Amino acid sequence: MREALYEYALRLGDDSLILGQRLSEWCGHAPMLEIDLSLANVALDLVGQATHFLKLAAETDGKGRDADSLAFHRDVLDFRNCLLVEQPNGDFAQTIARQFLFSNWQELLFRELTRSTNATIAAVAAKAVKEVAYHARLANEWMVRLGDGTAESHVRAAAGLDWMWRFVDELFEEDSKIDALVEVGIATDVRNFRPEWDQRIGEVLASATLDRPKPRRATLGGRVGHHSEHLGHLLAQMQFLPRAYPEATW
Amino acid sequence: MVVEAAASQSLRDRVMRVLSLVPDPEIPCVSVVELGIVRDVREGAQAAVVITPTYTGCPATLMIEANIRAALDRAGLEQLKIETALSPAWTTDWISAEGRDKLRAYGIAPPPMGAARSSLRGDAVECPRCGSSRTEEISRFGSTPCKALHRCLSCAEPFDLFKCH
Repeated sequence: MREALYEYALRLGDDSLILGQRLSEWCGHAPMLEIDLSLANVALDLVGQATHFLKLAAETDGKGRDADSLAFHRDVLDFRNCLLVEQPNGDFAQTIARQFLFSNWQELLFRELTRSTNATIAAVAAKAVKEVAYHARLANEWMVRLGDGTAESHVRAAAGLDWMWRFVDELFEEDSKIDALVEVGIATDVRNFRPEWDQRIGEVLASATLDRPKPRRATLGGRVGHHSEHLGHLLAQMQFLPRAYPEATW
Repeated sequence: MVVEAAASQSLRDRVMRVLSLVPDPEIPCVSVVELGIVRDVREGAQAAVVITPTYTGCPATLMIEANIRAALDRAGLEQLKIETALSPAWTTDWISAEGRDKLRAYGIAPPPMGAARSSLRGDAVECPRCGSSRTEEISRFGSTPCKALHRCLSCAEPFDLFKCH
């Protein structure tokens, strides 16, 4: 059970950490000041979630590590985030498509996890679900604005969605590793809220005049450490400083 | 019993008095007590100040804790520990009435009462300068995690809104 909880806390933490790092790449580069602020704020919330979940993972693991050592001193094969969050930012539309799929999922996930029998998970979820509601709303509004915008923005929104869609099934993957956690109410079975997620996504896509991408073979593997080539590059940048200067403080 | 209660009352009062002079690092017009960050003062052998973070990723959290520590130490309360409690989750409803007035005077529209969702519903926001309700949102995410950018259509001043949370 301990090992399963460690895995689960890592997943929750790594999803947030990696997407937070990805979004930070926009800082200073976004098309407008307001978007720059928005993406940086969302990134900040996600890194905050990661801090809590990775702390839980480190405590559960009990090997004297902390949230920072898990973030900065694990190698790519030890990360447990879903593949969606490590995908490159692409253009703004691709970034928004990724956020749209993820934040709507995370909001439903955290809503369920507010009832987790693990007090830490429940407390972090209760706090974070209010923040994620803002992320989902931001992404939903931008999907509509881009999809139902100019011919150019429509094409880009569709292309971004198309790029990210293959990673959706992994969000709802059946997973025997956490069955025991679901049974005791620590984790939640993500498949239960897929219909609700599908409906939310469908409503936004309809107002965005975007077609739902056709189902295709799911790309899986993030939860067992089989990542795309993009994650290693992200980690190289994120982990460089604490690895090069292990005692660095400020 | 009576004496003990009086003594413990005074420790709590003393701590609260000390902490009511600790400003929020991002919004120095209000104290950490007025913001509802200080949740409890526990007495006895395990005496502690219980604080709660405002936003999950708020970078001021560490600084707030350091400032509280420094204020307690200065007041001769070194023995008091600081504990962080995540649950129940902080809400803007815990910002006191005085805190709200001070925010408004500082130029930040205080969050509406009624736990969280109202800002997502898009309720009218009053301009902290002229009181007009004819305002519009410029950006839902502002200079800190707790603020959104608005502008007043009556007096034309831009202002921050403390997000309802």
